Amino acid sequence: MSISMSPAETTIEEGKTVGIPFSDDPKFHLRNVGVFYGESPAIKNISLDIARNEVIAFIGPSGCGKSTFLRCLNRMNDSIESCRIKGSLLLDGQDIYDPKRDVVELRARVGMVFQKPNPFPKSIYDNVAYGPRIHGLANRKSDLDDIVENSLRKAGLWNEVKDRLDAMATGMSGGQQQRLCIARAIAVSPEVVLMDEPCSALDPIATARIEELIAELSESYTIVIVTHSMQQAARVSNRTAYFHLGHLVEVNDTSKVFTMPEHELTESYITGRFG
Amino acid sequence: MTKPGSHAEREGSQAELIRRSLKRRYRKERRFRLYGITAISIALFSLVILFTDIISKGYTGFIKTTVTLEVHLDDDLMYLNDASDPEQIAMADFQAPIIKALQGYFPQATSRADMRELSRMTGSYASNQVRDMLKANPDWLGTTRTIEFPAHDTVSVYVKHSGDPGYSIRLSEQQQRWTDELLSKGVIDTGFNDVFFTSGDSREPSNAGILGALVGSLLTMGITLVIAFPVGVAAAIYLEEFAPSNRLTDFIEVNINNLAAVPSIIFGLLGLAVFIGLFGMPRSVPVVGGLVLALMTLPTIIISSRAAIKSVPPSIREAAEGIGASKMQVVLHHVLPLAMPGMLTGSIIGMAQALGETAPLLLIGMVAFIVEIPDGFFSSATVLPVQIFIWAGSAEQGFVELASAGIMVLLAFLITMNAFAIWLRKRLERRW
Repeated sequence: MSISMSPAETTIEEGKTVGIPFSDDPKFHLRNVGVFYGESPAIKNISLDIARNEVIAFIGPSGCGKSTFLRCLNRMNDSIESCRIKGSLLLDGQDIYDPKRDVVELRARVGMVFQKPNPFPKSIYDNVAYGPRIHGLANRKSDLDDIVENSLRKAGLWNEVKDRLDAMATGMSGGQQQRLCIARAIAVSPEVVLMDEPCSALDPIATARIEELIAELSESYTIVIVTHSMQQAARVSNRTAYFHLGHLVEVNDTSKVFTMPEHELTESYITGRFG
Repeated sequence: MTKPGSHAEREGSQAELIRRSLKRRYRKERRFRLYGITAISIALFSLVILFTDIISKGYTGFIKTTVTLEVHLDDDLMYLNDASDPEQIAMADFQAPIIKALQGYFPQATSRADMRELSRMTGSYASNQVRDMLKANPDWLGTTRTIEFPAHDTVSVYVKHSGDPGYSIRLSEQQQRWTDELLSKGVIDTGFNDVFFTSGDSREPSNAGILGALVGSLLTMGITLVIAFPVGVAAAIYLEEFAPSNRLTDFIEVNINNLAAVPSIIFGLLGLAVFIGLFGMPRSVPVVGGLVLALMTLPTIIISSRAAIKSVPPSIREAAEGIGASKMQVVLHHVLPLAMPGMLTGSIIGMAQALGETAPLLLIGMVAFIVEIPDGFFSSATVLPVQIFIWAGSAEQGFVELASAGIMVLLAFLITMNAFAIWLRKRLERRW
């Protein structure tokens, strides 16, 4: 019954977010975003800026819409037919959902790492080289070799796999597979990397490895990470956004969210009263 | 005081209950396993009966009975003095030297009736065999040659099946005596039936072979594969990956599923009306047969290909899309290679079905009596199951064993195809 520490806000109001959701130099400029599956809304009127080269973590209980929102950022929801998206989503000032916009180009700029490691059933080399190949990023074999080596180095995997680049990627451990997926995503030099619970299928050691990697990558990429682990959000992110039932309740500096949340729901969640 | 006691009591009775229910469960399990074993045993038993029956009836089809004679190609006997003159060839009597050669063993058989019986010791095409030899080598006239003739159907049945209640012996007692004697002298002999694998159909069982039908089947299957596989796979990819889901695609899907269950003879009627009636294609040719069977196989291929595409994990699709692969690249680089084993398996099962199909081919005229081995997609042909059907309905007893032998060839063909399918799947299968 600590009344003195109780946050100021207690109710959710549609479209209202406490904290600091906006930025002066946004990479993503997202206003009044709503996502519907058929008639039922999954995301209700969310506005948020994602700053250049920041790591922002999306947290919230299951089914709160954080993954759905993440997948809007590179239009991965396109293949779900009943899915409709409203509002304005801009990447560097350009509309992501412009019908004339090329999805392929968008996804080359906004890469994605998924919950479960999903390497292609091909060799390690071919996994990393796939993106550069389809986008025509390397004209010569040596260029491609360089891209593969660089990406694997950045993903902290090079030393483990340099002698067996021709081995099947599916034969690696789960943690290695996930780092390979990260290497595959950064091989096309994206500006943003979206990560949808990248560690949920991994053991603590592999998780720690990925978290280190995120810290290193944050120097050159904008990273949006969805996570169920609050410790992870606290460790890797600059800002944390708390989602609740399709609302964006609070966005604040990570240290603030985990020490002095402004909204009661955020506090309830991080203290483990639900979720 | 009473509490702990009642607690222990409860525990005891519960353990007893569980023990009793366990017993019941194990009994149920045993019974269930027994059902399974019984079912499999029945299936295996039927299979064994089927195979034993076919093999025991059909293995004699792979054995031929021959009569080897020293034939003196006497010019007077044949009324022939120039074997290179086609007119004389047409008039000559080539049966006479064969009878003469047989009379060498049975000098007292000189009456007309005896000579008729002697002429029925060798197959009905024996005289043609002599004629063709002389046509090819006119200078053999007047010489003596050792010629191996196929034995007459009735002689062959007597040699291979005397004492078998399934066959009736149609030889006269005199002929039976002659056959026994010739057998003991080694003139009549049995050997591997190479004729069966090197010739087409014939009116005479000893001259009939499966090669014509085998080639016909291969040509027909070739057309079926070339048409049904690409069309089926393309349709499956479109329906699964690109088609919007609306009334029309639902309607198409329902119809494809229904088509898979349509009796095959309907496809034969369609082929007759469309390919032969409307497009004026010739009858009984492998092209039309292949087209009809392709139509029949399409639904199977489409359904199995769609299932194979559906079974590609969505995570692979997402991975490719996440890197920025276009729809086409996702399908060509990732979905197709992963779905290919399933597609191939489905297609080969469909092909195996088509290989054994008879009904639709009867309607488009592939049931005709065709002696020549087909040499192209537009030459008259028949196929294995139809050939078996024709033989099974023939009057001569020799065809019964040929039909069984034909079934064995068809089964061997099917087993080869299925083994190929399994090999292909194992080769292409990749784990993820």
